[in-house]
Amino acid sequence: MTEQLAHTPGGAPNRGPREAIYELGGAESTCVLPPELDVPEVVLDEALGGVARTRALSLPHVTELEIMRHYSHLADMNFGVDSGFYPLGSCTMKYNPRVNEDACRLEGFSGVHPLQSTETVQGALELMYRLQEALAEISGLPGVTLQPAAGAHGELTALMCFRAAHTASGDPRKKVVIPDTAHGTNPASVTMCGYDTVTIPSGPDGLVDLAALKAALDTDTAAFMLTNPNTVGLFDPQILEITEAVHAVGAYAYCDGANMNAILGKTRPGDMGFDALHINLHKTFSTPHGGGGPGAGPVCVTPELAEYLPSPIVALLDDGTFVPHDPSRTIGRVRSFFGNFGVLVRAYTYVRALGGEGLTEVAEQAVLSANYLKERLKTAYDLPYDRVCMHEFVLSGGRLKREYGVRTLDVAKRLLDHGFHPPTVYFPQIVDEALMIEPTETEPLSALDAFADALIAIAHEAATHPDTLHSAPHTTPVRRLDEARAAREPILRWTAPEK
Amino acid sequence: MRYIPITCEQREAMLRAVGISEVNELFVDIPESVRLTGGLDIPSGMGEIELTSHLRALADRNRSASTLVSFMGAGCYDHHIPSVVDHVMRRPEFFTAYTPYQPEVSQGTLQAIFEYQTGICELTGMDVANASMYDGATAFVEAAFMAARVKKRTKIVVSSAIHPHWRRTLETYADAGVIEPVFVDCDGDVTSLQGIREAVVGAAAVMVASPNIFGCIENLAEIGEIVHEAGALFVVASNPVLLAVMEPPASFGADIVVGEGQSLGSAMSFGGPGLGFFACATRLVRSMPGRLVGRTVDIDGNEAYVLTLSTREQHIRREKATSNICSNHALNALAAGVYLAAVGTEGLSAIARACIAKAHYLRTRLLEVDGFSAYGDTAFGYEFAMRFNGDVATMQRTLLSRGFLAGVNLGSLDAAFDGVVLFAVTEKRTRFEIDSFVEEVASL
Repeated sequence: MTEQLAHTPGGAPNRGPREAIYELGGAESTCVLPPELDVPEVVLDEALGGVARTRALSLPHVTELEIMRHYSHLADMNFGVDSGFYPLGSCTMKYNPRVNEDACRLEGFSGVHPLQSTETVQGALELMYRLQEALAEISGLPGVTLQPAAGAHGELTALMCFRAAHTASGDPRKKVVIPDTAHGTNPASVTMCGYDTVTIPSGPDGLVDLAALKAALDTDTAAFMLTNPNTVGLFDPQILEITEAVHAVGAYAYCDGANMNAILGKTRPGDMGFDALHINLHKTFSTPHGGGGPGAGPVCVTPELAEYLPSPIVALLDDGTFVPHDPSRTIGRVRSFFGNFGVLVRAYTYVRALGGEGLTEVAEQAVLSANYLKERLKTAYDLPYDRVCMHEFVLSGGRLKREYGVRTLDVAKRLLDHGFHPPTVYFPQIVDEALMIEPTETEPLSALDAFADALIAIAHEAATHPDTLHSAPHTTPVRRLDEARAAREPILRWTAPEK
Repeated sequence: MRYIPITCEQREAMLRAVGISEVNELFVDIPESVRLTGGLDIPSGMGEIELTSHLRALADRNRSASTLVSFMGAGCYDHHIPSVVDHVMRRPEFFTAYTPYQPEVSQGTLQAIFEYQTGICELTGMDVANASMYDGATAFVEAAFMAARVKKRTKIVVSSAIHPHWRRTLETYADAGVIEPVFVDCDGDVTSLQGIREAVVGAAAVMVASPNIFGCIENLAEIGEIVHEAGALFVVASNPVLLAVMEPPASFGADIVVGEGQSLGSAMSFGGPGLGFFACATRLVRSMPGRLVGRTVDIDGNEAYVLTLSTREQHIRREKATSNICSNHALNALAAGVYLAAVGTEGLSAIARACIAKAHYLRTRLLEVDGFSAYGDTAFGYEFAMRFNGDVATMQRTLLSRGFLAGVNLGSLDAAFDGVVLFAVTEKRTRFEIDSFVEEVASL
């Protein structure tokens, strides 16, 4: 074992487990306290009508240095885009520009209350209006709402608009069709919107099976949801036939815009016949993923659907002022206030930094980098769909499993030892032992090559030292986790050890 | 600006490796008729100097709380954010990371969220808290969906004294027919208990906010009894700062507790991104929406953290998932965790006490001058409603010209609340600011 591990590269962050912040500090340690009270004290229980807290409250008691040491240690155990290559398919883990971070923290943005009068927030409303315009241009769909907080929230918002439009025309419908390659959020949004999901199988080429689609579509179909480019990284060349078939039964064509990075400035979902699209600003428009969020999922729609968009959207009046506006047949609100404004500022900054030409170059390089990696890796692994890909592609680790008993999970964990974040694995489900790789345009060639070298080395290692892969990772702050135990006996909060 | 590191020479080499001579050959699957050949009609890119001044100019066209004295709240509060919070959030290992699906290299995010979950459990008194929702409004809606699922009933009894944005959000989601909200009228500045008694039959849940939209504390003890006698779930929305000094909803039998957590270390930022917190009783955890971090061990026996009970979630259960949520507000949850550590038990209690004392002081002073009168007399925390004898918008405009954000005009959020102004007073306001404000009000 030791000998086999001699080849394990270093470089991955390596700090071990850390005690909980609740275990740190002394009982009297404090960090930030409010100023001395300059108004008369109140008797709490009286002020609160007899419900002053009697239950003990136990928050951390630490100094500022202890906080910084604690979170520095935690940060050291974390892997971000700044730590290394992060080729997570369908997630677009591109560089998060720092000027975006500075922009959203300008006091004139971060310190504004959402219910201030419109004359005091003209800059914020103008920024939103300009971003709406840019997204309309990029998508080819002129109605834009910036309200949704995430991609899934955008999907649901669009489905609500479809429901409202069908209901308004006296034609309420019951189901939504999705391909089996759809992101899990699609069917989950369908359920939340009160529709039934009908899943159709993809063709052997990884594309929509047009016959299966046509068979599933009928006048009870509210919509067809499609990610295009799809989740195996292919642009569906039948797209015009697809949207036509959907419209032929009076349904709406919905584009999951998770993969917009591939087509910026090259083609537009509105031109392809889609009626609605959500865009993940935290993917295509460089806003950070934040360890899970916040993102933003603006929705772009046709003029027909624009009157159903959630309130408010931002409008420009003839006198040059920007105002929040309720579309005439709005579905209503989908959240509080104006959306994830801080995320919108970052995305707007990115759009203005790159401009139209820069955005087009993003798509071109993202697609070229993906195709380059695909070529480098297609012999070491199986490539189920051997054709030009978009910004990502899917490999299969099926051969390694059959021949050496090494699973894609093992490959992914071994990549961690090489200092790389693994690709998305086991998705989409139509590919056996899937590895879905999205390099993005911001990676240098040296990183692409180093990653390809590592994946090829791991494929060789699968033949020579499969046990090293089975037990990987070896260099990370912790090793493989007992996930079954976590689910069997959930421990979901810290509690003081019994004395 | 440009964030692409590939040189022209490298690009040529990559094209050759792929076996093409021109990048457009990679886009052949796009039908010719829909290829965009003329480029995007978006202005050319800017350099950092130009870009920064453009953004600064936009930001300067807003009037921020730092240049005004703000008494605005209604779900977004001008609390102090300790410096340390943003310094932690700016660690790129946190903010440039994805969802912690690879736990071996995500222990930082996972442990931080586990500690955040602990903080929310402490404040609310509940057993389990998830890793965050988008905001208070959507957390509230998710609680309604969860209750409907647990009870296999669609009727949801909801107080009319909730934030109008939350109400409109709930109504929008309800159009799909999965839940059917029934709103209970107010009895003055609180929810009508009689109204709840009448509506509760056959309901999956009763949902109230305490403090409610008027800042008032609802009679949770009594409502809890009514709800549980009827076999429904009790959902309470609360204010996390106030919970430091207020008996938590768990003590009144709440089954689910949600709320807006922006106060815990997130900037106002024109209303987003905030933080939806969501907590419930252990017996309901498998019906909960959103991610959960749990503690386990690795194969060497080291303590470690991992996303758990994922079979509730969309990426596994698809149309049968407990929610469609994927991206959440993890970074705001991280901020909340750092915030709670920075202020601690004593600090948060002191902040809450200061807010309460200052709000009570302002209300007392406003009652002494002409123009404002009490909206009700129920106990409140650090936000309270008053009637204004005149046009609220005009009054606010005048006071704005003197440097004050004179509360939230509830009438602008819901016509039913016309003439009612909601004031919030945080620990940042000084007696001098409050006195100056009252003087200006008196001179109207």
